[in-house]
Amino acid sequence: MTDNTFEPKILAFCCHFCAYASADLAGSMRLQYPPGVRIIRTPCTGRLEVEYYMRAIENGADGVLIAGCLEGGCHYIDGNLFARKRVTATRALLEECGIDKERLRMVNISAAMAKNLVDVIFEMVDTVKQLGPNPIKPQFLGKSLKQESEMAETCCMNEVKSE
Amino acid sequence: MIVAQRKSIPELQDIIKEKKNILVLGCGTCVTVCLAGGEREVSIISSALRIASKKAGEAIKVNELTIERQCDNVFIETAADEIKKCDAVLSLGCGAGVQAIAERYPDKPVYAGLDTAFLGILESRGVWTEKCAQCGACVLADFGGICPVTRCAKHMLNGPCGGSRIERCEISPNQPCAWQLIYKRLSDIGETDKLKKIYPAKNWSKSLDGGSRTIIREDHRI
Repeated sequence: MTDNTFEPKILAFCCHFCAYASADLAGSMRLQYPPGVRIIRTPCTGRLEVEYYMRAIENGADGVLIAGCLEGGCHYIDGNLFARKRVTATRALLEECGIDKERLRMVNISAAMAKNLVDVIFEMVDTVKQLGPNPIKPQFLGKSLKQESEMAETCCMNEVKSE
Repeated sequence: MIVAQRKSIPELQDIIKEKKNILVLGCGTCVTVCLAGGEREVSIISSALRIASKKAGEAIKVNELTIERQCDNVFIETAADEIKKCDAVLSLGCGAGVQAIAERYPDKPVYAGLDTAFLGILESRGVWTEKCAQCGACVLADFGGICPVTRCAKHMLNGPCGGSRIERCEISPNQPCAWQLIYKRLSDIGETDKLKKIYPAKNWSKSLDGGSRTIIREDHRI
């Protein structure tokens, strides 16, 4: 698969008090970012556990972006600092599993930094494009988004039947 | 409490190789408190194993379960169904937990997923330190509650040695001299007289030297 056709699916966990607001602002400013980025609002990046990142990769995300407040600017004082430590530990764990650690990245964004958010999203997408699709979902390689959805649906139905 | 650390993912992959249906079994007691083998760690390690095995082109099934205590038959029974269904158990309990399950299920491979390290305490968040060597003959009463057997690098009962430098042990600048701590503690509680006693060589027959130990309480036996 070439870089031209591969649209990475990036899961972006955005803090309600900063990055999520900046994504909102990016929308108001008509700044565009790749559609493969799916944003999940979180009350604070300190709420995110290592399992969330692992499950995201396990379930086929090509990259995971964690966007928290600027250091020193966390609404809950130091949630983003804890998040960074967990992200660092998870990156090491992913390396142990044979997954490139650059698929998981944390950035610090304030509510006013819409342009910066869009920039880091583009950087993340570029990085993941260079790395290629998540290597643990080979069955989806070369498929369109529609085909992927159909395959995922069939897979879920089979699991339900087997239970 | 017992303090343990997880093995690396490549080590775990090597341990469970050729097994297709693994049960990662956590323990809700000591290893949960030391963040090595509780419910959360079971989830993380299982996920990591699934990712690593898929990356290696193998398809293995990894189930997750955490029981209250792995070193107790009453609690092991609660995992009976899951253990019977799997090819092998990867226990995230301490060494005692792994062996308790292996004894209970003689036909089932039971592997250790953790390196059991020591008996210690939580010093501060994320920092655990060793406090007891389980020597079988406690001397804490004579040393102000600070164990020279565990905390002195030379296990000296008549210290300090010549390697004590500015309250630190010669093995590392981060290692406090246990004998400095003992002297300070005994001074604080007015028991420095105890240091006049010369200890004879320690009787290690009550430690691991005599093989694995057993304690029998006849008054509690049925």
